[in-house]
Amino acid sequence: MNAIIQLENIHKIYQTGEVDVHAMRDVSLQINRGEFVAIMGASGSGKSTMMNTLGCLDRPTKGRYLLDGMDVSQLGRDELATIRNEKIGFVFQGFNLLSRTSALENVELPLMYLRKSFKSREQHERAKWALDIVGLSGRAGHHPNQLSGGQQQRVAIARALVNNPAMVLADEPTGNLDTQTSIEIMGVFQKLNDQGITVVMVTHELDIASYTKRNVIMRDGRIVDDQAVTQRLDAVVELRKLHEAQAAVQLVS
Amino acid sequence: MKIFVVLRVALRAMRRNKLRTFLTMLGMIIGVGAVIVTVSLGNGAKAQVEKQIASLGENVIMIYSGSFTRGGARSGWNFAATLTVEDSLAIEREIPDVTVISPELRNGSQVASGYDNWSTTILGEGPDYLQIRQWPLSEGAMFTELDVRSASKVAVIGKTVADQLYPDGNCIGQVLRIRNVPFIVVGTLVPKGLTAFGQDQDDVVIVPYTSSMKRLFGASNIRAIMAQAASLKSMNSVQEQITDLLRQRHKITPGHDDDFTVRNQQEIAEAANSASQTMRLLLAGVACVSLLVGGIGIMNIMLVSVTERTREIGIRMAVGAHGRDILMQFLTEAVALSALGGALGIASGLGGSQLLATHMNWPTLTPTAWIAGAFVFSALVGIFFGFYPAWKASKLDPIDALRYE
Repeated sequence: MNAIIQLENIHKIYQTGEVDVHAMRDVSLQINRGEFVAIMGASGSGKSTMMNTLGCLDRPTKGRYLLDGMDVSQLGRDELATIRNEKIGFVFQGFNLLSRTSALENVELPLMYLRKSFKSREQHERAKWALDIVGLSGRAGHHPNQLSGGQQQRVAIARALVNNPAMVLADEPTGNLDTQTSIEIMGVFQKLNDQGITVVMVTHELDIASYTKRNVIMRDGRIVDDQAVTQRLDAVVELRKLHEAQAAVQLVS
Repeated sequence: MKIFVVLRVALRAMRRNKLRTFLTMLGMIIGVGAVIVTVSLGNGAKAQVEKQIASLGENVIMIYSGSFTRGGARSGWNFAATLTVEDSLAIEREIPDVTVISPELRNGSQVASGYDNWSTTILGEGPDYLQIRQWPLSEGAMFTELDVRSASKVAVIGKTVADQLYPDGNCIGQVLRIRNVPFIVVGTLVPKGLTAFGQDQDDVVIVPYTSSMKRLFGASNIRAIMAQAASLKSMNSVQEQITDLLRQRHKITPGHDDDFTVRNQQEIAEAANSASQTMRLLLAGVACVSLLVGGIGIMNIMLVSVTERTREIGIRMAVGAHGRDILMQFLTEAVALSALGGALGIASGLGGSQLLATHMNWPTLTPTAWIAGAFVFSALVGIFFGFYPAWKASKLDPIDALRYE
């Protein structure tokens, strides 16, 4: 079984007062292991609902969702929590780290809720390993307010990786970052993807989407376009270009 | 999630806002402290009363002249000296379950030694009085039946009198003048301390009742009779027999009130206890109210804390926390707050009662069961008042919680 995500005719209807809001209409989508997908769309297009559904934070009203071969569309709250814990690594726009808690402990957070018990030594080891992947092993003891935005997002990525999830799900991961840091973060995702990790991200920025391998475009709760990225950007190349441009500006001024 | 981890998270949350944590705990500290002080004082008083009641002697029945109620108006004991030495002798002769008996006269008088003088109580008693009261001598000997028969001028004195009149500590064989009549001190008593009502039991001079009647106060009747029953079981029947005998001797027809009062030390103990019982209940009520207020304070702060940390709850749920993990986290925090408050309250309560004991001379006694009980109870307060906020936190929707600003 190669499909990590299989959505079959998913509907999501919010009943808010008088009018029913149809946030997803008959959405079907398959994402395979090792893919790097950007789900795009304007606000109100249903991409946030898509994100919540993919992330098992919410259940579809209708339809079937197979995550890593398992039907999760009818699971209860606690079962969904366990699925999130074991299969999904979240990266949010606002980083969502626990304040006044060290980077290492933030990364350990998902391990705390692991249903199998873990020795605290092993927890530290795993968290250090995850921090090492994002290049922050030197900052393990720092608190979020002692880290830059880019570093905080790297901690969040490390947290997403620590449980060895089936996929990393990122919601506007560069939304709060400047251009250079955004490219760096995309570089981290590209590197992870090169190692075989499935990455799905929601974004509305076209240039960010072009670092991925596949773009799914949504409008009015439907998928209107789904194609492979032809002119894919490489974060390493783009960063070098940016540095050259900055150097040029400095030469001029 | 392991309990140790949960506890660590809770303690960290408490450390984050130290002043708030302390103020929240203050309610518990004051409540539990008040309970401990109240219980310590109550138990101290009770233990003291019990000790004092026991100091009256064992299975003692007291017969007083006069009665408590006479036609609705209550008179004091000894209102009319209706008892006689013959009554005492009759009781001794006719009621076999009375082992020993002593007629009693009680008068206040100035007494003087070669050194000093002192105002004290003169007890006229029989030779068995000390046996009834279970009151050992520290020096010398009690006067005898022979002394009673001949109304000898001999006296046994309490510790206070001995200290006041014979500062050199040498009193046996010394002269003690009572109303200018010279008595010889033949014995001194071991100190007994205060009565339940604060009287100094050692401020006393004991002489043969005959000497008191004939040589000192010219009395023909006696104030009271102290009797000792053979056993605790026979107390009631002995009391009834004494009442019947005295009514018969005093020619009281049925339908008329006794002109004497028969009591035992249990009744006196109950009277003394019921007064302090009321006080204890009142104080315990106040303490419970302050515990309730403390609990509400914890609930209030936990509700605020849940709202403040909605985002944190969202993050925890997103990475896999079940509802009960969140419930446990906040419940643990509430219990840690209340239990720590309770522990500090116990410490301050113990300190407070110690302070009262040393500076105000109030007897205090804190039973360990109450200390353990107070701790468990304060933890229960945390569970009770922490449950609703924790439950509220556990029911949050992760999407809404993550979006919360």
